[in-house]
Amino acid sequence: MALDSKTPQGPIADKWTNYKNHIDLVNPANKRNIDVIVVGTGLAGGSAAATLAELGYNVKAFCFQDSPRRAHSIAAQGGINAAKNYQGDGDSTYRLFYDTVKGGDYRSREANVYRLAEVSANIIDQCVAQGVPFAREYGGLLDNRSFGGVLVSRTFYAAGQTGQQLLLGAYSAMNRQIGRGKIKMYNRHEMLDVVIVDGKARGIITRNLITGEIERHSAHAVVLGTGGYGNVFFLSTNAMGSNVTAAWKAHKRGAYFANPCYTQIHPTCIPVSGDHQSKLTLMSESLRNDGRIWVPKKKEDVEAIKAGTLKPKDLKEEDRDYYLERRYPAFGNLVPRDVASRAAKERCDAGFGVNATGEAVFLDFASAIQRYGKEQAHVKGLDENDAALVKKLGQEVVKNKYGNLFQMYEKIVDQNPYETPMMIYPAVHYTMGGIWVDYNLMTTVPGLYAIGEANFSDHGANRLGASALMQGLADGYFVLPYTIGDYLSDDIRTGPIPTDTKEFEEAENNVRERIDKLVNNNGSHSVDYFHKKLGKIMWNKVGMSRNEKGLKEAIEEISELRQAFWSDVRVPGTANEYNEELAKAGRVADFLELGELFAKDALHRTESCGGHFREESVELDGPQKGEALRNDKDFAYVAAWEYKGEPKDAVLHKEELEFNDIELKQRSYK
Amino acid sequence: MNLTLKIWRQKNANDKGKMVDYQISDVSPDMSFLEMLDVLNEQLINKGDDPVAFDHDCREGICGMCSLYINGEAHGPDRGVTTCQLHMRMFNDGDTIYIEPFRASAFPVVKDLIVDRSAFDRIQHAGGFISVNTSGNTIDANAIPVEKHNADKAFEAATCIGCGACVATCKNSSAMLFVGAKVSQFALLPQGQVEATDRVLNMVKQMDEEGFGNCTNTGACEVECPKGISLENIARMNQEYLKASLKG
Repeated sequence: MALDSKTPQGPIADKWTNYKNHIDLVNPANKRNIDVIVVGTGLAGGSAAATLAELGYNVKAFCFQDSPRRAHSIAAQGGINAAKNYQGDGDSTYRLFYDTVKGGDYRSREANVYRLAEVSANIIDQCVAQGVPFAREYGGLLDNRSFGGVLVSRTFYAAGQTGQQLLLGAYSAMNRQIGRGKIKMYNRHEMLDVVIVDGKARGIITRNLITGEIERHSAHAVVLGTGGYGNVFFLSTNAMGSNVTAAWKAHKRGAYFANPCYTQIHPTCIPVSGDHQSKLTLMSESLRNDGRIWVPKKKEDVEAIKAGTLKPKDLKEEDRDYYLERRYPAFGNLVPRDVASRAAKERCDAGFGVNATGEAVFLDFASAIQRYGKEQAHVKGLDENDAALVKKLGQEVVKNKYGNLFQMYEKIVDQNPYETPMMIYPAVHYTMGGIWVDYNLMTTVPGLYAIGEANFSDHGANRLGASALMQGLADGYFVLPYTIGDYLSDDIRTGPIPTDTKEFEEAENNVRERIDKLVNNNGSHSVDYFHKKLGKIMWNKVGMSRNEKGLKEAIEEISELRQAFWSDVRVPGTANEYNEELAKAGRVADFLELGELFAKDALHRTESCGGHFREESVELDGPQKGEALRNDKDFAYVAAWEYKGEPKDAVLHKEELEFNDIELKQRSYK
Repeated sequence: MNLTLKIWRQKNANDKGKMVDYQISDVSPDMSFLEMLDVLNEQLINKGDDPVAFDHDCREGICGMCSLYINGEAHGPDRGVTTCQLHMRMFNDGDTIYIEPFRASAFPVVKDLIVDRSAFDRIQHAGGFISVNTSGNTIDANAIPVEKHNADKAFEAATCIGCGACVATCKNSSAMLFVGAKVSQFALLPQGQVEATDRVLNMVKQMDEEGFGNCTNTGACEVECPKGISLENIARMNQEYLKASLKG
């Protein structure tokens, strides 16, 4: 099948408006006869469910958590971008579009990104109207801050809990519709298959996680807002339950999976402390507004710090290597995530890591505390030379901005980051790859949509900070509600979709068989045992930097591990009860397939781009020596994989990317 | 560290349930409380026993899913944290730790340490929102200035994670802190004024129907709240409720 992105014709700034003017609409009376299933209730799924219900469709929404409010969007910290230009610093729709395409290393679809930038301002209006308490200035207007990879302040925030506030906003919009009976909410339900009838997505099979009951649900269209697959690495900043299962089942039913190797390794996370570790904790990128990243210049200082004989704050200024400021003077500590992560790895690999494992760098707030303290002393007419006072005032400002993050750090690491620099290291955070969708956010299966992190569309090979929240809400509030209407306009006479058909039966039987196999396997190792092994392979060979040899090994090893899993996994308990091990086993089984496709995708893309760094593809000399080398001639396409059984047999389809409004250039942050 | 764990085991909602003793060794002080339970569960699975069921998801203190009652305190002995942020360095070698589910008649036990908190969702369905369509055709965000003090207070109220520690802690199993936080968030913002009367009446009515108890101002909820939601929010809700009741 040829991949058609269905991008509308015409100038980029007019595409979305023209599109909306010419789509088919469903009249309000007919919407009452149409059912839509939304899986996942994060920013994308939650906002989509609320909006579709408000438009008049009958929505069934599903989440595996005990309440839609717990979806992992809740944990997003730093902020949400919008081209409001409230700061008057030169921002515009075009500039947000440009920054996002450039930040994505020219591997995203121009028209989608422009639309995202175009609707971004509306998101802020919408959220404020819903009562989302964004940070404000003393004049009562909204405050902004700056994020990595850009030169303007366009990020709206609510302390370090922006995701929480936006999600609770979407949750409140859902609640209104649940109260009106327009959304039927299924908590603690996990989607285990998509049902295709006559080539169209017409329902799902779910498992009730409390009772174990397998259920059939039908609808005229199915929307997946099921998030990313970072947990394929076992350790990531994702929630424990975040998984690829819904997306993977869709893939197995015909949805192409795009760019699986594009993973974001976030530079500022709390380093791993031991083998017991179950997840990693992010420290928001917003900290890089005020924190300076460094390691010692001399190895002996590294050793002294590790041994505890030298306190990091006592190391002289001239003995510190602020390596981001040194290498990238224009953007300094605010380079994009992929660049910052690789730079940290480079220093640690060279032996300058500052903790026991050698995998940590400092993020230091001493200068910011000084700067803010002096400013406050000046404003309040106090003594700017009183060091203790300046420190106290400065700490108050920093506490106001990042208080919850500092508290979180202190609880985990048992060190006070106001007094000693934080230690950070990159960790898996977000997956830019995902289910392939066209301009309508429809997958290659008619009637099956993917929104938010679950799709691949807007972030190319690297996502800029504060763009995930923007995309999730844009897709759910403002894009999907239009595009799905165009599709559903053909369904006004279809009537309810019956579930007593052979397609539903076949899908249900598949689900039951697999569950039976898992609970009756009686192997010798727990699910986590396999998941941790998979994570190690992924991190060591398909992680921050990749090469042909490692990727080939990874493919072999994952394939062997998958066989070992199916022959030797032990799932205690039965299928007809609350059984977390069973739920986990199903998810890890899917990760074991995705992981191999992920490595296969990384192997075929012999260029370096964004979060995908191939050691064979770097600049050999010139001012960019050692930086990632992209290959636009051979790789300016989306790699969309078609399922053919084993991951190794997946077939590659290419969507060539055309850049008409932005010139392809090397991404330089120097 | 070596520890004795006394854990509430209950097969399902209809089972009677009982405390069961477990021994666990080699616990690192850097582990989180839930990572310690992961180790226990790994041991149980390897022995062929049923692992202990407990709720958890984000493991960074924001999703509100984790919910243990540890040594008689919701989210354990530390302050300002959820169970997933509680670290084993808060305990000593040789300690005995009691682990129970959140107890309240409005939070029935599902299995072991997992409870059903859907009553909280139903209170939100009754009025925890501003009735604005999500079309995006609203006024410009900066057309509604909000005094910073009120905006900050609204934000503080809105940081509630809906974990239910307040209910579990309260001797009356009252949900006033949870409901007060949501009522306050909207009462403090100009956008929330229009529906203020109906909101507080509907949410309080639903709260009562769910079987939560009354507030007798002991303030225990505020002490145990992992997000430090202030009692002030209960006072504000009472004020809003009185205003709304007088309006009829």
